[in-house]
Amino acid sequence: MFKLAWRNIWRNKRRTIITIVSIVFAVILSSLMRSMQLGSYERMIDNSVRFYTGYIQVHKLGYWDEQVLDNAFYPPKGLQEQIESLDGVEAAVPRLESFALASHGTRTKGALIIGVDPEKESHLTEMEKKITEGTMVGLNEPRVVMGSGLADYLNMKVGDTLVLISQGYHGVNAAGKYAVAGLVEFGLPQLTNQVVFMPLPAAQYFYGADGLLTAIAVVTDQSGYVDDVREAILGDLDSSAYEVMDWKTMMPELIQGIEIDNISGIIMLLLLYLVIGFGMFGTFLMMTKERLYEFGVMLSVGMHRSRLQLLIFSEIVLLATLAVLTGFALSLPVINYFSQNPISLPEEYKTAFEKFDIEPIYAFSNEPIVFTSQAWVVFFMALVLSAYPLYKIWKIDPVTAMREGR
Amino acid sequence: METVTDKKIVIETRDIAKVYQDSKIAVQALRDVDLEISEGEFTAIVGPSGSGKTTLLNIIGGLDNPTSGTIRVAGRDISKLKDSERIDFRLHNIGFVFQQYNLIPVLTARENVEFIMLLQKIPVHEMKARSLHLLEEVGLKEKANVRPSELSGGQQQRVAVIRALASRPKFILADEPTANLDSASAANLLDMMARMNQEEGMTFIFSTHDQRVIDKARRVVTLEDGIIKSDEIRS
Ligand SMILES: Nc1ncnc2c1ncn2[C@@H]1O[C@H](COP(=O)(O)OP(=O)(O)OP(=O)(O)O)[C@@H](O)[C@H]1O
Ligand SMILES: [Mg+2]
Repeated sequence: MFKLAWRNIWRNKRRTIITIVSIVFAVILSSLMRSMQLGSYERMIDNSVRFYTGYIQVHKLGYWDEQVLDNAFYPPKGLQEQIESLDGVEAAVPRLESFALASHGTRTKGALIIGVDPEKESHLTEMEKKITEGTMVGLNEPRVVMGSGLADYLNMKVGDTLVLISQGYHGVNAAGKYAVAGLVEFGLPQLTNQVVFMPLPAAQYFYGADGLLTAIAVVTDQSGYVDDVREAILGDLDSSAYEVMDWKTMMPELIQGIEIDNISGIIMLLLLYLVIGFGMFGTFLMMTKERLYEFGVMLSVGMHRSRLQLLIFSEIVLLATLAVLTGFALSLPVINYFSQNPISLPEEYKTAFEKFDIEPIYAFSNEPIVFTSQAWVVFFMALVLSAYPLYKIWKIDPVTAMREGR
Repeated sequence: METVTDKKIVIETRDIAKVYQDSKIAVQALRDVDLEISEGEFTAIVGPSGSGKTTLLNIIGGLDNPTSGTIRVAGRDISKLKDSERIDFRLHNIGFVFQQYNLIPVLTARENVEFIMLLQKIPVHEMKARSLHLLEEVGLKEKANVRPSELSGGQQQRVAVIRALASRPKFILADEPTANLDSASAANLLDMMARMNQEEGMTFIFSTHDQRVIDKARRVVTLEDGIIKSDEIRS
C-alpha cells in the first residue's frame, strides 16, 4: 500500500516536483520571514526587557506612574535574598534611577543615572560584556561607566571627569565629579545616548538617598516563569506599599507594536499559503481526474472505496511530508546561520533605525515554533484540500468512472 | 447439449431491462433479457455497437443495476447488496477484464497479478506461487518485473486475464478484450482463454464484434437493440 502510494506520487515526476518545489519555496520563505519576525521580537524584548527593565520589577506603590526619586523605597530587610531564593529566579537586581545634568567642558546633556550593583547587574544587563572601552567599575568605587553615545556627545573618553548636577532625595542638592571608567553600548540606541551607570553606594550618596532603591529588577531563568514568580513575590509583600509589575505591563507599547507587526506578518503568510494552496489543489485535482479510469478498474475488481481513499490520502500526506522535510532541510541551515550571525545593516540605515529606537540588526529566531507552524499549515492545507479527491472517490461508481476517465 | 443442462447455473437473469435517463432522452439499452449461464461455459456476447453488450456485462458483474428484472449470481440476488457488500462480492466471485488499461501502471506485471489476491488477503507465499505459475503458463515469466507500459497490448491483456484467474472467481467477464489488439494477438489471447477454460474449468463470458473471436466461442448470444436476438450453442 505504501509502496503503491510512493510509486504513484512519482508517476508524474514533473508535476510532483513542481508541487513539492512550490511547497518547499513557501516553507522556506515563510520560515525565513517568521524567523526574522520572531527573531526581531525576541531581540527587542531581550534588549528592552532582559537587558533593561528585567522581566519583573518591585517598586514602591505608585513609582511606575510617577517615576521620581521621591518615590524610592527602603527595601525591607532580606527582601532581595528572599526573592532570589524563589524557584525560577536567577537574580534580584537593585537599582536607584534618576536624572541628572551631565557636563564635560562646555557641553551639557540630560542623563539617566542608574545606580547599580555591578555584580548583580551582570545577571541582567550583562554590562561587563557590553563595555566597548575601559573597564567595569567595582561596587565601592566612585567612578562611572557611561553610554558611548553620551560620551561622544560630551566629547569624553575613558579617564575624563564627568560632572553631574541634580536634585536629590526630598530636594537636597546633588553634585559630584566622577572619573569615567568605561564606555558601554546597548542594543537600545536611546539608552546608549543618555545612560550613566554608577555603583549603587555612590549613587545613593550622590542623591542623598542612603539605603534607598527605586526598583528591584528580577531576572527569571525563563520568561515562562514570570507569572509564577510575580505571584510569589506579591504573596510576600504588603501590596498597599509596593507594586510588582511584569514587563508586559511596564512596556505596553512594545507589546502592541509587536502584536500589530505580528498580525501583518501572519496575513502576508496566509496570502502566500493561499497561492500555494491553489497550486496544491490543482495537483490533487489532476491526480484525481486523470486516474478516474484507474479508480474505476480498482473499484470494479473489488477494492473498497475506503482503501482507495486511504491510498490517495497517503499519497497526499507523503507529498506534503516530503515537501515540508525538504523545506526544513533547506531553511534550517540558513536560519541557523543567521540566528548566530545576525545581519547588521549598513551604516546609512543606522540613523533611520535609531530614530525609532530600533537596533540596526536583523535577528533570526531558530525557535522550533518557526518550523512547526509551517509544518502545521502545510499539513492542515493538505488535509483540507484532500477532501475533494476523497469526496470524489466516495461518490463515483466504477461504470461512470471508467466512462468519464477514458 | 446434454452436459450443459446438468451443470450448475452461475448466472441467471430474469426480464432484465435497463433504461439510461440522459438529460432529456431515455435510452433503452436492454429489454426482456433472460439469460442463464452455467459453470464452465465459454460464451460470447455479440452484437453491433450500441446493442447493449457492455450494459449487460456490467449488470452481470454487479457494476450496475438493472432498471427492472432480477439478477442472481452464484445464487444471490446481487441487486439487493449494499455498496460495500457488492464490492466484496465482486472481489471474491467475479473476475474482470476490460477493453484496455486494465493494469495499474505503477505496478509490475507480477504485482498486478497479485493485486486482487492482496485485496483477498491470500497468504503471501501462495500469492507468489500462483502469480509466478500463471505468468509462466502464459509465457510472460521474463516480463514479471516489468511495468505495463513496457508490455505490448496483447501481453497486457494476458496479464489482465491471469490477474482475474488468479483470484479464483466463479467466472470471468471480459468486455471486448481483443478490441485494441491486432489479429494475431487477439487469436493468441483467445487461445489462452480457451485453454484456461479447458484446463482450469474457468467460466468465461466475453463480448466482441470480431468474427474470428466469435468463431472460438462455444456459445454465442447475439444482442440487437437490447434484445436477445439469438442464442446458439456450438460444438
Ligand atoms: N451511462 C450511459 N448513459 C446513457 N446512455 C448510455 C450509457 N451507457 C450506455 N448507454 C447507451 O446504451 C446503449 C447500449 O450501450 P452499450 O455500451 O451497452 O453498447 P455496446 O454494445 O457495449 O456498444 P459498443 O460495441 O460500442 O461497446 C447505447 O445506445 C449507449 O449509447
Ligand atoms: Mg461496449
